[in-house]
Amino acid sequence: MSTARATTNRDRTAAEASEQYLTFMLAGEEYGVDILRVQEIKGWDKVTRIPHTPEYILGVINLRGAVVPILDLRRRFGLETIEFGATTVVIVMRVVGAGGERTVGVVVDAVSEVYNVDPADTKPPPDVCGSVDTVFVKALVTMDEKMLILLDIDRLIGSSVDRIASGAAAA
Amino acid sequence: MTIDPEMAEIIKVFFQESREGLDAMESGLLGLGAAADSENINTIFRAAHSIKGGSATFGFAEVAAFTHGVETLLDEMRNGVRPVTSEAIQTLLQACDCLREMISAAEAERPLDRDRIAAINGDIKHILGTEAAPAPAAAAPAPSATDAPPQAASLPAGWRIGFQPVANLLRLRNEPTRMFAELKRLGALGVHADDSRLPALEALDPEACYLSWNLELTGQIARLDIDNIFDWLDSGCRLEFTEVGAPDLAPGAQSQSATAVPVFAAAADSAENAAESATKATESATKAAEPKHAMASEPPRSAPAAASPPQKPSGESGSIRVATEKVDAIINLVGELIITQSMLSGFADGVEPEDLDRLRQGLSQLARNTRELQESVMQIRMLPISFAFNRFPRIVHDLSRKLGKKVELKLEGEGTELDKTVLEKISDPLVHLVRNALDHGLETPERRLAAGKGETGTIELGAFHEGGNIIIEVRDDGAGISRAKVLQKARERQLVGPDQELTDEQVDNLIFMPGFSTAEAVSDVSGRGVGMDVVRRNIHDLGGYVQIFSKEGLGSTIRIRLPLTLAILDGQLVRVGKEIYIISLLAIVETIQVSRERLGKLAGRAEVFRLRDEYLPVVKLCELFGVAGESRSTEQGLLVVVEADGKRAGVLVDDLLAQQQVVIKSLESNFKAVAGIAGATILGDGTVALIIDVPDLIRSVAKQRVAAHAA
Repeated sequence: MSTARATTNRDRTAAEASEQYLTFMLAGEEYGVDILRVQEIKGWDKVTRIPHTPEYILGVINLRGAVVPILDLRRRFGLETIEFGATTVVIVMRVVGAGGERTVGVVVDAVSEVYNVDPADTKPPPDVCGSVDTVFVKALVTMDEKMLILLDIDRLIGSSVDRIASGAAAA
Repeated sequence: MTIDPEMAEIIKVFFQESREGLDAMESGLLGLGAAADSENINTIFRAAHSIKGGSATFGFAEVAAFTHGVETLLDEMRNGVRPVTSEAIQTLLQACDCLREMISAAEAERPLDRDRIAAINGDIKHILGTEAAPAPAAAAPAPSATDAPPQAASLPAGWRIGFQPVANLLRLRNEPTRMFAELKRLGALGVHADDSRLPALEALDPEACYLSWNLELTGQIARLDIDNIFDWLDSGCRLEFTEVGAPDLAPGAQSQSATAVPVFAAAADSAENAAESATKATESATKAAEPKHAMASEPPRSAPAAASPPQKPSGESGSIRVATEKVDAIINLVGELIITQSMLSGFADGVEPEDLDRLRQGLSQLARNTRELQESVMQIRMLPISFAFNRFPRIVHDLSRKLGKKVELKLEGEGTELDKTVLEKISDPLVHLVRNALDHGLETPERRLAAGKGETGTIELGAFHEGGNIIIEVRDDGAGISRAKVLQKARERQLVGPDQELTDEQVDNLIFMPGFSTAEAVSDVSGRGVGMDVVRRNIHDLGGYVQIFSKEGLGSTIRIRLPLTLAILDGQLVRVGKEIYIISLLAIVETIQVSRERLGKLAGRAEVFRLRDEYLPVVKLCELFGVAGESRSTEQGLLVVVEADGKRAGVLVDDLLAQQQVVIKSLESNFKAVAGIAGATILGDGTVALIIDVPDLIRSVAKQRVAAHAA
């Protein structure tokens, strides 16, 4: 598997320094998030809508007693929206922000792979990067002739949530 | 100094216990004013003594030194050498404040306010110094009882102390050599270690203490001073005291001289008194009455019974310190259990008929169990309101002195329990209300006499349960609210229109208006003063509400109604389109069918509803929350009349569903606060429903911004 190939070429120290990324598909592109931040992957289920929030916040779900917001990444990135299907999944992640640690679910088209990525192989994102706001892109890396977009989820979720006016201000 | 984490934990406990000790001292001191009974002084003394011992152990030398002065004064009072004057009590109260400061400073590692410490220390020295003359006279009968107060005349020429510690002495972080060093300060010390119990090397536990010591302390030293040093030992340690060159033993001292007594059973009183105070210490909830200080000069066999029970102050009898997070986790779990149960109830409909009865039976049991479990778990968070009430004797004492008013404070229902969070948040508003009652409600003695009342005013603080709520009342028999003056003031401030007629209730409620109360002139007349709007806001934030009843010339009562807990809410489920929201039952005044003729439009936009003689702003939830899909129009819906901050509004919904208790979940923990939403909960089918923030909704109506949202 690709994981193995990625590590065999390198020496031990590099293998130890490598980071694991979970990748997912979104409108034909493959994105990666730090696997240590992923809490679980679950199927798409009905959410409870929250008023006064941007459309990319789909609502909240009950995750074993915790109320967890669900964010639609296509909408967040301003991509064309699609009907949720069989492969649509919610990746539940822990993100760290100013207000402490949050648990947030992100809706993506499908999960893909787990890759070991050597930080030395990553490239900074070019200034212009299509539909995705470059500040959320930590780095780009080529894996099996494919481009992976590694996301900075703290920044992505943090900015998504912070953009919503807080309770008092929106009243 | 560098402190390892474990030690830091212990020091934290010390700070906590010191504060509790100070509270006990304070309430004891305030009680002294009325009658100076020895039991009370003992309680105060023991509290001071523990603080001194602890602070010395943990290296807060200044705290220890300061407390020593306090303790000396208290000790003289205890022994009847020093009269209990109001001056002395005042000084001691100030010393309590100062100590509290010092402990906070030590905890925060701030520098100490040395001037203040020196000033109060000076006061104490002054009291000790000026009236020292009668001391020898009072101490004259002392030789008959060798219970040795420090100043008592007959001190032995020295002590022989046999010290046999428990095996885990070192693990308990007691360091014998430090104690010896302390003893050395008292006099010349000879230390002989007894290693006879030392096992063979292979059997030796390196952390255990196998040694015992024979100590010889030479010098005229009070037993009390020695006890202080051994004060922090585990009660399993054995100490044997023998006086060297003691005068003839008085009857009362027999047991202590040569008998082995457990460490803390310091003989200082007669046997009867000892037994009595020990029982009292365990029975009554006098906080500072620590069993380890319980006087017991009974023979050793019975003494451990008095001395060994809980190491904690007995005021906590049967109570535990639990981390709030742990409790919250259990509450979450229980909430889950309830959800599971309601899910199961849903399945019951599709089962074979013959199984149905059994299933139903099981389910009803599950329901009962979960409910009980929930109740008992919630109890963990419940604390008696005395935690909040205990501050008031001191506050009233100080403030009445300052204002020159005579006040009697009555507390009622101190055992009434409520959620810790609610308790913590209600403390400050209560202080505010009591201060107000004292400052603006009660009259000066002269005025009271002139009004034909007794010279001493009364402030009553009461608490009781009513349904799922707790009611707290602050009552005074003062002047009450002068409605004419309040109304005049409100008109001046244009809070009320010049021609607007108000009911008495509405006038009374004016004092809660922001901006009304900030005026110093109001406190001059008779309205209550500063920040009543803040008080009301705080109470509303807790999901409660506040009412005021006042009779001019007779006094006022402020009644606060609070939910017992913030974790659970009695909710009304309402449907709007296909969505379900929850409104707190506490906020709902009534629900009515809407009829068209009673609806009107202001400026063609904001809808109002005429309810009897009142016009209510109407909030259309479907528009405010942007609910998709069909929602019935105004004339077919139901209007839920809600109230907060003394204002009402009608919330238009499609349907009323069940009423049920819901477990409140924060939206903020994973997301963020949202306008108009107080939180979320999980319904029986596992979906999330949002709880409507009624005060926020009404505020937004008041701001006339609803129209902007709807647009």
